[in-house]
Amino acid sequence: MTKKQIDPLERVAAEMKKCVKCGACRAHCPAFSTFQREPATARGKVALAQHLCKGDITLDDGTYSAMSKCLLCGSCVEKCPNQVPTDEIVIAAREALAQRRGLTTFHKAVGQVIKNRKVMNFGALAAAILGPLFFRKVPATSGLRLRFPMPFIGGSRHIPQIAKKPFMKRHPEVIQGEPGKPRIVFFVGCMTNFVYTEIGEATLALFRHLGCTVIIPKGQQCCGLPGMSGGDLNTVRELAEMNLAAIEAHQADYVMTACATCGGALHKLYPLVVGKRNPELKQRLQALADKTVDAAVLLQKLGLTPEETGTGSGMRITYHDPCHHRTAGITKEPRALLKRTPGLELVEMEGADRCCGLGGTFNVYHYENSLDINASKSAAIIATGADAVVTGCPGCIMQLSDGLKQAGDKTRVLHTVELLARKIRR
Amino acid sequence: MLDARILQQLTDIVGSENIAATPQDLICYGYDATQMEFLPDCVVHPDGSEEVARILKLANSEGFPVFPRGAGSGFTGGALPKGGGVVLVTTRMNRILRIDTDNLVAEVEPGVVTETFQMAVEKLGLFYPPDPASLKFSTLGGNVAECAGGPRAVKYGVTKDFVMGLEVVLPTGEVIRTGGETVKGVVGYDLTKLICGSEGTLGVITKIIFKLLPYPDAKKTMLTVFDSIDGAARAVSTIIKNKIIPTTLEFMDHATLVCVERRFNLGLPDSGRAVLLIEVDGDRDLIEKQAGEIHKLIEPLGLVQFRVAKDAAESEELWRVRRLVSPSLRDVNPDKFNEDIVVPRSKVPDVIRRIEVIQKRYDIPIVNFGHAGDGNIHVNIMIDKQVPGQLEKAHEAIKEVFQAALDLGGTMSGEHGVGLAKQPYIPMELTADQVAAMKAIKRALDPNNILNPGKMLPV
Ligand SMILES: Cc1cc2nc3c(=O)[nH]c(=O)nc-3n(C[C@H](O)[C@H](O)[C@H](O)COP(=O)(O)OP(=O)(O)OC[C@H]3O[C@@H](n4cnc5c(N)ncnc54)[C@H](O)[C@@H]3O)c2cc1C
Ligand code: SF4
Ligand code: SF4
Repeated sequence: MTKKQIDPLERVAAEMKKCVKCGACRAHCPAFSTFQREPATARGKVALAQHLCKGDITLDDGTYSAMSKCLLCGSCVEKCPNQVPTDEIVIAAREALAQRRGLTTFHKAVGQVIKNRKVMNFGALAAAILGPLFFRKVPATSGLRLRFPMPFIGGSRHIPQIAKKPFMKRHPEVIQGEPGKPRIVFFVGCMTNFVYTEIGEATLALFRHLGCTVIIPKGQQCCGLPGMSGGDLNTVRELAEMNLAAIEAHQADYVMTACATCGGALHKLYPLVVGKRNPELKQRLQALADKTVDAAVLLQKLGLTPEETGTGSGMRITYHDPCHHRTAGITKEPRALLKRTPGLELVEMEGADRCCGLGGTFNVYHYENSLDINASKSAAIIATGADAVVTGCPGCIMQLSDGLKQAGDKTRVLHTVELLARKIRR
Repeated sequence: MLDARILQQLTDIVGSENIAATPQDLICYGYDATQMEFLPDCVVHPDGSEEVARILKLANSEGFPVFPRGAGSGFTGGALPKGGGVVLVTTRMNRILRIDTDNLVAEVEPGVVTETFQMAVEKLGLFYPPDPASLKFSTLGGNVAECAGGPRAVKYGVTKDFVMGLEVVLPTGEVIRTGGETVKGVVGYDLTKLICGSEGTLGVITKIIFKLLPYPDAKKTMLTVFDSIDGAARAVSTIIKNKIIPTTLEFMDHATLVCVERRFNLGLPDSGRAVLLIEVDGDRDLIEKQAGEIHKLIEPLGLVQFRVAKDAAESEELWRVRRLVSPSLRDVNPDKFNEDIVVPRSKVPDVIRRIEVIQKRYDIPIVNFGHAGDGNIHVNIMIDKQVPGQLEKAHEAIKEVFQAALDLGGTMSGEHGVGLAKQPYIPMELTADQVAAMKAIKRALDPNNILNPGKMLPV
C-alpha cells in the first residue's frame, strides 16, 4: 500500500489511540445490538482500523464487511468515556478500503447518480410515472436514502412514492419576502425534493409566514452522505464544492435544511473531509457550516408562534431524535415548538434518542438487521399510544414508516414542520 | 495452531454460524480493557452447557486451550487468549430463565448483561444489588468469575454474596451443579464460593442462581466535602460506628477533585481536600432520620460542604461528580494503570499518605478514588508511555503501592482479580503453601491444564 492510500486512516490515527477497549460502547451501539459480535461494536471497528493502519491485516471483504456494520449514528461517541470519534474512524476506514479495493459497483452507481441532478430528475420522473408498481419491483429502499431507485432488495419493504413533480421544479429560485427580514437559503435535499415534497412545502410556508426571503439555489445537489456511506469521499468532496458554489452565489443570512442528514453533511462532514491541502476551501466550507441551521432551530430562533401557526386539532404525538440531530445537539428546539403548539400532547417514548436503524447504506447491506434495530423503535412508539410520531429527518420518516407498517401499526409519521405549518397552509 | 480437523469438529458442535476464525474476529476477541492483545486461533459461541461440555472434552483429547469470555471488560486480562487457542464467548447464552418472586431467587445464563438483569428484577419490585461500574456492558458470568463488586458493597456485599448456586462445566467436560436454591446448605465443600472469583480457571459457568432482595423503598444521596482526607476517613468510621450502614460511601481524593473540577467546573469548594458521596437506602422515614444524623455526626470533622438530593434528578446530579472522574483522568496523562487495592476502612488515610510519598519519589501523578466504605481504593497511576522511562517507573510504583496495602493488612485487589496483570505480584501476597494448595485444586479439576491456562496462579 502506498503512503497516499493510507492517508485517510492517518488522519484519525491519534483519535484511534484514545480507545482503551473498555467495552462501554457495547451498551450503546445499535449495530452490536443486532449482530451480537465484537467486530460490529465501536471498539471492534476501532481495533480493526488500528490494524489496518499498521498494515498487518489483509484488506479483504471481512474488514469491509465489519466497517459496513456501522450506522454512523454517533451513539458511541456520545457515550464513550474517552470520546473516541468512532464514526470518523469508520468513515476514514471506508475511504481507505475504497481506495484500495475500488468502489463496489453499487457505490460507483450511487456516486454517478448523486453527482448528476439530471439523471436524478429523470429517475424520479420515471419512477413517478411507473408508480408504485415499478417500485415494488425496483424498490428504492436505500435508494430513497440514496435518493434513487436501486435495482435490488425485494420482499415486503414499504416504499414511499416518488413525487410526480420534484419540489424544486415547483418553485422559482428566489421567493421574495419582506424587506429587513432574514434571507434564507433552503438546502432542500433529495428526499424532500423527490419524495416527501410535503416537507418542502411546509418549510417554505413557515418561513414565508415569517416574512423571510427564501432562496432555493438551482445549482444545489445531493448533500453527498450516500457517497460517504460507501467510502466514496471523492464524490462527497465534489458535491461539497458544487453545493458551496450554488449557495455562495446568493447572499444569505442562513443556510437552512429540514433534513437532519443534509444538516449533518453541511455542518460536520464537509469541513471534516476536506484535507489540509486546501485551506482556502476548508475555510469556506467552515463558513458554510457555521451558517447552516436546522429548520426547527431557526423557527424557534426567529420567534415562530406555534400558537398561531400550528395545528388546531388535538393529537397525541411522540418525538424521535434523528441521529444527525442528536449528535449536533438539536433535541430541545423541536420539542419546545411542538409543546407550545395548542392541541398537541407530547409523550416521550422509551429511547427517543436511539437510532431508527436506517444508517445510510447500512440498511441496504443489512436490511434484516436494520429492521431488527427498528423493531424496538416501533415497539417504543406503539407503547406511547401516540397518533403520530414526529421527527426532523426524511430518512428517519421512511425507516419509521416501514417499521410501523411491518409491525401492522397505523401510527402516522410526520415531519415537525408539517405539524407546525398545518394551520397556515389550510 | 488448530488444524482443519479440529476446526471442523468445533464447527460440528456449535454450527458454522457460531465459529469464526477470520483475521477480523481474531483481532476483536483478542483484547479486553487492559489494552493487552493476544490473538486466538478461533472464536466459538456455544449455546448452553451441552455444547460447552463437548468443546471442553475435545480440548482435553486434542490438547488445545480454551478461554472463557463474557463481555471482555475485565481489567486484568482474564479472558485474553495468551499463547493462542479457542476463545469461548458467552454472548449467546443470554437468557433470564426465571425470576421466582415467591422465593426471591432468579436463574440466569452467564451472558446476560448485568444491567439487563437488574432492570428485569426491579420491574417486579426486587433488587439485585451488585453494581460494578461496568454494569451496562459486563456479563453476569464475568461478574461471578471475577466476583465483581461495586459502590453498594458496603451494605450489601459483592457478587458472591448473591450467588446461591451454579451450573458449571468442569474443565474435563462434566456438567455439575453447585449450591442450590435454599438459604442454608452445608453438604460437602462449598464449590459455589470456590468458583466465584476463580477467573474462569476452574470451570465454565453456564447457569447462575441468584438471591434477590426486596427493592428498597427509597434512597437519599448526599455529597459531602471535607478539608482533609483524614476528616473524610473519620467520617466513614464515625458513621459506621454509630450503627448506620450506608449503601454507598464513595471517596475521591484531592488530586481527583482537581481533575474533575478542571474539566467540568462543578463548583466544588476550593478548600475541599476530599469528597465523600454517601447514599442511604431503605424505609422513607428512616433514611430521612439517617441523613440528619449523618450530617450531625460528620459536621465536626472538617466538613466544608454538605448537599442532599431532594429527588432522583438531584441524586443523579450528585452522582455525576463521581461518574466524571474516569473521563477527566485522561487530562492528567494519556495512559493509566488502574489498581484496586483494599485496606481496612480505618487505614484509608494511612495508605493515601503512603501513596503520596510514592508519588513524590517517582514523580508521576497518582489519583485515588474508590469505595471508602469497604476500604477499596482505585489507585490510578497516570503516565505517558511515550515518555522514556515512565513505564518502568510505573511498574516500580505499582509494586510499592501493593506493598503499602499489604503492610496495612490489606490486599492487592478488591474486585479486578489477578488475571495476567497482577500475576507477577502474587508472591507478595500469597505464601508458597497457599499457592501450592491452589495449584493442587487447579490440577485436580483441570489435569491437562486446558481451561484458561497461565492465568491467576504464578506459572
Ligand atoms: C469501565 C469499567 C468499569 C469497571 N468497574 C468495575 C467495578 O466497579 N467493579 C468490578 O468488580 N469490576 C469492574 N470492572 C471490571 C470488569 O467489568 C469486571 O471484572 C466484570 O465482571 C467482567 O465481566 P465480563 O463479562 O466483561 O468478563 P470478561 O472480561 O470477558 O472476563 C473476565 C473473567 O471472567 C471469566 N469468565 C467470563 N465469563 C465466564 C463464564 N461464563 N464462566 C467462567 N469464566 C468466565 C474470563 O475467563 C475472565 O477470566 C470494570 C471494567 C471497566 C472497563
Ligand atoms: S470506543 Fe470508547 S467506549 Fe468503546 S471501547 Fe473504546 S474507549 Fe471504550
Ligand atoms: S456510530 Fe453507531 S453503529 Fe457505528 S459504531 Fe458507533 S454506535 Fe455503533
